[in-house]
Amino acid sequence: MFRTVAELIERTENENISIAEAMITQEMDVHEKSREEIIGQMERNLTVMEKAIEDGLRGVRSRSGLTGGDAVLLQKYMHTHQPLSGILLLDAVSKAVATNEVNAAMGVICATPTAGSAGCVPGALFAVKERLNPTREEMINFLFTSGAFGFVVANNAFISGAAGGCQAEVGSAAAMASAAVVEMAGGTPKQSAEAFAITLKNMLGLVCDPVAGLVEVPCVKRNAAGASNAIVSADMALAGITSKIPCDEVIGAMYRIGRQMPSALRETAEGGLAATPTGRELAAKIYGNKGEKE
Amino acid sequence: MKYKSVFDIIGPVMIGPSSSHTAGAARIGRAARNLFGKEPVWADIFFYGSFAKTYQGHGTDVAIVAGLLNFDTDDNRISSSLDIAKDKNIAIRFFEDESAVEHPNTVRIKIGNGAETLELVGISIGGGKVEITELNGFELHLSGNHPAILIMHNDRFGAIASITQILAKHEINIGRMEVSRKDVGKDALMVIELDQNVDMEIETELKKADHILHIAKIVD
Repeated sequence: MFRTVAELIERTENENISIAEAMITQEMDVHEKSREEIIGQMERNLTVMEKAIEDGLRGVRSRSGLTGGDAVLLQKYMHTHQPLSGILLLDAVSKAVATNEVNAAMGVICATPTAGSAGCVPGALFAVKERLNPTREEMINFLFTSGAFGFVVANNAFISGAAGGCQAEVGSAAAMASAAVVEMAGGTPKQSAEAFAITLKNMLGLVCDPVAGLVEVPCVKRNAAGASNAIVSADMALAGITSKIPCDEVIGAMYRIGRQMPSALRETAEGGLAATPTGRELAAKIYGNKGEKE
Repeated sequence: MKYKSVFDIIGPVMIGPSSSHTAGAARIGRAARNLFGKEPVWADIFFYGSFAKTYQGHGTDVAIVAGLLNFDTDDNRISSSLDIAKDKNIAIRFFEDESAVEHPNTVRIKIGNGAETLELVGISIGGGKVEITELNGFELHLSGNHPAILIMHNDRFGAIASITQILAKHEINIGRMEVSRKDVGKDALMVIELDQNVDMEIETELKKADHILHIAKIVD
């Protein structure tokens, strides 16, 4: 099994295969499954992602009322205005938001790598898909590419907010998305790794501070930031820009930062935005008296 | 390496909102149900760390109970699990425990019926992946994602050999195995993760092996 991004990239270069192919063959070897079985399972995940985006773009609301409807607003704005950041970027943002609004509304999503960060990869991939028109088979492969990078992060650092803060969740998800976007745009495995490193660097230190402990505020909008960050970093890597700090060392830095992060900023709803006057007020409203002690 | 599959990263397909606090919690609850072997009549659930602080917001309470009812992570009934448990007259209590724990997402589940009880500790390590770290006072490392058999036995010569011989005879491959005991010569626990489920016939044979007290299993 590949343990680091360096090992992963080396394998793709030595064997002249894509990152997706390296991930698929490893999955076949380790779990003694057929290629069809593995591809089939990933296709089901892709279908769930697509469905979640559709649901979110039709408009959903969470039980708490804190989130929902923003994906619809973005799509309307895109079609009636000339968005400053461009249609593709806003499309990614709206699809990421749609996914996480569905998640917050207790709908069905595919954790990528987690539920709280489930919007970044599908948001970026399904928006860039509109421009580059990949086949469905290729879309499935891009999920394997994202997964290969997430696999390295999960084994060398962490992917949960409670363990490493939001940098571990949305940070990892955004970086995974940018690596896949590079592949969709025809970049090399090396460029995918550069995009991954650039994205994760820009998300280092991000804390997990959910208001009222709900995966809503700021999680939904952090996925918007993740998806846009992913696409911008992918463009930077495709332009030939490299990360001065190698990918694996960025993952190592993310791990150490997470270890140094106090528990109040790791999904306990005790610090950051959760601890603002408004954050506390919202928690009290949602939980009644019980919320005041949280 | 803690994560061995790409589907730990891209997946699971689940009901939101949190892979660790909802999907992972459901998986821990389901592991408890699986090991108990039947629906419990009562359950006491103790939350620690981040679980204790945010379980209501994430639906961790709802998810654990859904797991105890044997629902999977993408089961639409998860959100109404508390009502379903109530209809079934399952008595459920939740506790917030402030004791320090090693992992922020830790839960202790005690379940039982009239005659039997089971107590386990589970942690949710991220992305829906979980580990069972304690069972009836024994330390262990069980993912709950693979079929497994857990065998309570007397710490005597030959107890382990008698089990592995039976598995070998039926050509069942052992993926991972660990043994823990409370004291030399006393009760011990054998945890065997397998590549496939064992059928009733093999289970009966295992139960009859030397020094075996009790068998529980996790089925895929």
